[in-house]
This record gives sequence, structure tokens and C-alpha cells, in this order.
Amino acid sequence: MTEPMGQTLSEKILSHHAGRSVAAGELVVVNVDGSMASDTTAPLTIKAFEEMGGKQVHDPSRTCLVIDHAAPAPNERIGNLHELMRQFARDQGTVLYDVGAGICHQLMVDNVHVRPGELFIGADSHTCSYGALGAFATGVGSTDLAAVWRTGKTWLKVPQTIRVEVDGTLRPGVQAKDLTLFLVGELGISGATYQAIEFCGSGVEQLDLGGRFTLANMAIEMGAKVGLVHPEGLSLPYEFTPLRPDDDARYVRHLSYDVDDLAPQLSAPGSPDDVHGLERYAGTPITYAFIGSCVNGRLEDLHTAARVLRDAHIAPGVRLVIAPASRDIFLRALGDGTVAELTRAGATFLPSGCGPCVGTHAGVPGDGETVISTANRNFTGRMGNPRAHVFLGAPSSVAAAALTGRITDPTPFLED
Amino acid sequence: MDTVLCGSAHVYGDDIDTDRIIPGKYTKTLDLQSLADHVLEDLDPEFRLRMRPGDMIIAGDNFGCGSSREQAPLALKTAGVSVVIARYFARIFYRNAINVGLPALEVPDLRAETGDEFTVDLAQGVVRNTTQGTEHQADRMPEVMMAILHSGGLVAYLRAHGTYPPTEPIGTTP
Ligand code: SF4
Repeated sequence: MTEPMGQTLSEKILSHHAGRSVAAGELVVVNVDGSMASDTTAPLTIKAFEEMGGKQVHDPSRTCLVIDHAAPAPNERIGNLHELMRQFARDQGTVLYDVGAGICHQLMVDNVHVRPGELFIGADSHTCSYGALGAFATGVGSTDLAAVWRTGKTWLKVPQTIRVEVDGTLRPGVQAKDLTLFLVGELGISGATYQAIEFCGSGVEQLDLGGRFTLANMAIEMGAKVGLVHPEGLSLPYEFTPLRPDDDARYVRHLSYDVDDLAPQLSAPGSPDDVHGLERYAGTPITYAFIGSCVNGRLEDLHTAARVLRDAHIAPGVRLVIAPASRDIFLRALGDGTVAELTRAGATFLPSGCGPCVGTHAGVPGDGETVISTANRNFTGRMGNPRAHVFLGAPSSVAAAALTGRITDPTPFLED
Repeated sequence: MDTVLCGSAHVYGDDIDTDRIIPGKYTKTLDLQSLADHVLEDLDPEFRLRMRPGDMIIAGDNFGCGSSREQAPLALKTAGVSVVIARYFARIFYRNAINVGLPALEVPDLRAETGDEFTVDLAQGVVRNTTQGTEHQADRMPEVMMAILHSGGLVAYLRAHGTYPPTEPIGTTP
């Protein structure tokens, strides 16, 4: 196979899965390594799979079904959709994560259903999170996923790539989420539509797996097909071959940022890309704080919240709701005393899963409430009520707001 | 599928996300009519009352951004929308629309007011605003998407073909 010119990470991974050398702009049919659907998308996928004549899913051991978006079921209709998934998983021999196991994306990475260099298709837009590992992972709808189950393949247009270089060191108390929101604000909600992003630079190399996950997760809020993090500094609990783009790879844009002076960021209600320094909203009263979701429901996020709330109590009139991203995270937070510390401070724990993020089963805000959340989306109506106002921020900022009842700079709480 | 569509336009702006096309709280269902009952509810509460079958949605940049929910194009299609035209679509929405057999055209220079009458020739990609007397050419859709749309969606396409055709190298575009 001749390599006509340097390749980006996307071009490399897609070449490998197309069985020939491909470049940006080409349409390719590629072999898919693994796939996933949640309880929002799996029922329609099952229906489409059956309607397209599917009998046996292509590779059951690498097909995952996750019940996380409305779990446990809030009503009989959703209860029946969950039953449909359980039955299908039994019949087909696929992997099933039932109620309380956790959010699909956390489970795919933690339980190694996806590895660096692989091509993974998920029927959920935040599937791009696995770019944290250097996997070409992207979200599709239910029928596209049914086609993956049926054929083991999908078609894609090889994306052009934007290279985002982040240099410098985040100040103490400024988190990967602040950096991520900043970049969402810079690129905009459609800044990378139909394109890939590669994240690199010293500011990215210092991020741990969780921080990289946060960054790649919100590539979709920049419109991107995938958000791939360069492997420098990546450590995983298993052996892997780091995949790098060629030095002469062709990028459609180069962006570079220095983050030494970055301050905590917030996304203002209405759209994730309406991002400003937290300072602009300091003092705004809030009544509801949520910590969780696939972007920030990890153990380190609970630890951050516990540091901010140590020996204190949340403000009167405020609810702090926490949904850990997986049962394993919850168990570890129980073991090290974090759950007790946060509960004592006034937090309410929900089962592991998506929780209030998408407004389907628990923790829906009331009319006119102002919410601050660690999730990744705040489109109107996102949390189940179009008359609520949702700010997005880092776990530190959400915990600080819960503590004071107002939007508050969290860095002083995290200084020592 | 009809290749020439006629209907009147409902015009919306940029960055209409899938939460506004069909809120997440309604998506957990296989009952497509229940999706149609809530389509565009938070964006335009009157839409369901105003629209007639065959009407068209016309939008600006990045229509359908946000989640991967196929319920968004399904809600529009089940409500009777015949085609969605935007300056450009968010990637997942674009695929989903074609996959469920809802025609979606990208027209970079479209001008329209709500209530304008349109004639759309899907095969030629020609979009005519008969009220304003303007004509626009849609961008060409990738070959695979054309084939899927002509079959009436991806389910019908794969029922007929079993798998995707192999793709040949077509050179590169910048
Ligand atoms: S946590 Fe929120 S954004 Fe993440 S998969 Fe669940 S609903 Fe989607």
C-alpha cells in the first residue's frame, strides 16, 4: 500500500479499516470494531434491524446495549422498552449493562469495549468521547447502527481535520472542563461540522484520562465527527501502541491557545457554545446544582466537590443532586468516604446513569429555576423544562455554587 | 418516493438543535405518532396547528445539531413534513433524515419567508420559491446517500442489497 502523503489520525485509522489508503474527502465503507446503543436509541435500532432482515447481529461480543438514560424506568412505557432490550440481548448474546451499571460512555472506556486505534460506532452523539484514547469513535442514529449490526460495516466520509494545539499549564483550581468549555466557545457549536479535531500540545499532554475524556466528549458540541487526543502523556491500564499523525499530515485549520491564564468558564443558558468567564455571572443566585453526566460524573469530580464542601453545608434553598457515572465510581466513592462527606453536606445521590442530564426520569427543574450543571448540553428544554435556565460549568464551579447559593469562583476553595 | 414536492415553508433560523425538534423527554417510545404530536413544541408551539401535510421546513446553518436521536427526523416525517432544507445540516441529523427516508437538501443561498410556496425537484436538486420567483440549486448529496434516499431509507436499502457497495478510490478533494 503506497502512502501518497502524510496522514492525520483519522486518515490512518480509516485507512486501516477500509483496507486501503484513504484521504480526506473520500467516501469509504469501513469495518467497525465495536458498537453501542442506549435505552434512548436501542429500541428503534432493534426495530430497524428486524425490518432490514437482520437475524443475528454481526459480532455480539462487541455489541453493547446500555440502560442508562431513563434508569430505573419511570413508567410502564419505558419499562417495556427496557424489557425489549433485555430480551434482545438474551436472544442475540450481546453485552447488556442494566439499570445502575452506569453511563454508556463511562462503561465503554472503563470496561475496555474500545481501544486506541479502533473504529467504534455508537448510537449516541457523545460516542466521540473515546477519542480520548485515540479511537475513531463517532455517533450515529438508530438505523445507521442497525446497519452496523447487520453488516459489520458503515459508510463515512473521511473528514478533514482541525488541529487544536493547547500549550501551558492550567492554574490550580482550573479544570479540564474549563478548558473544554473555553474551546467550545472558541470553535462554536458548528465550528467543526463534518470535520475531525485533533487535540495536542503541552496543555493536553498534562491531562489524565478523565481530563482527555472531558475534552473529547464535547467535540460534538464543536460540531465535530470525532475529537482525537494525541497519545503523548496517555497512560492506560493495558498495553497499547500509540498512534500518531504523520509530521506532514494535512490539516484544514491550525488553532493554538495558551492556557496559563485561563479562568473558570461557564456556558450560559441556551447553547453550550455561549461561553464566558465565570466572573461575568458571579453572584447570580441558583437553586439547583447537578454533578454528573458522561462528561463529569467521575470519581475525581466527586472528590473535587467534596473538597469544596468539606466541613460545610450547601446553602439554604439549594438542592445538590449527584449521579455518579458508574456503579464502580459510586462504590469507590463510598469506600473512601466521599459519598458520606457529600451526603452530610446536603447532597442527594441518584442511581448511576444519565440522571437529570436529559430530563427523562428524575431531577427535572421547575419553571424559572436557575440550574448549574456539570453536563455538556443546555439547549432550551434539555433538562426536561424549557422554562428553566441551565448554566454549564466544571465540578468545582457547581460545588462552589451549591455551597454559596450563587455563582462563585471556585478557585479559592481549591488552592491548598 | 415522489421526486417533485410542493408545499409551503415554515422558516427557522440557525443552530436548531434536536432538543427543540423533539425534546428528550418524549423520545423514549416506538410510537411515532406520539413523536409527531410534540414536534418543534418548544421552538414553535403553533407549528402543529398551522402545518399541513407536505409542508416544508426551511432553516439556516447547522440544522439538527445536538443529540443523535433519530426521533428528530422521524417526528418531522410523521408529522407530514415532506422535505427539510437548510443551508447545511449537523452531520448526524443529515444521515438520520436520509436513513429514515426524509428528504434533506443543503442549499447555501436560500431565501424564504414563512408561508412562501415551494416546488422541490429532488432528483435534480432544484428548489423553486414560487412566491418570490427564485430558483436555487441544492448541493450534491454523496452517492451512497442518494441511493439510500431513492430506496426510501436505509432499512429498505439494506433489505434489497444486504450490505453496502464497496467504495472505490475517487481521489481527494481539498
Ligand atoms: S449523560 Fe447526558 S450527554 Fe451523556 S449520554 Fe447520558 S444523556 Fe447523553
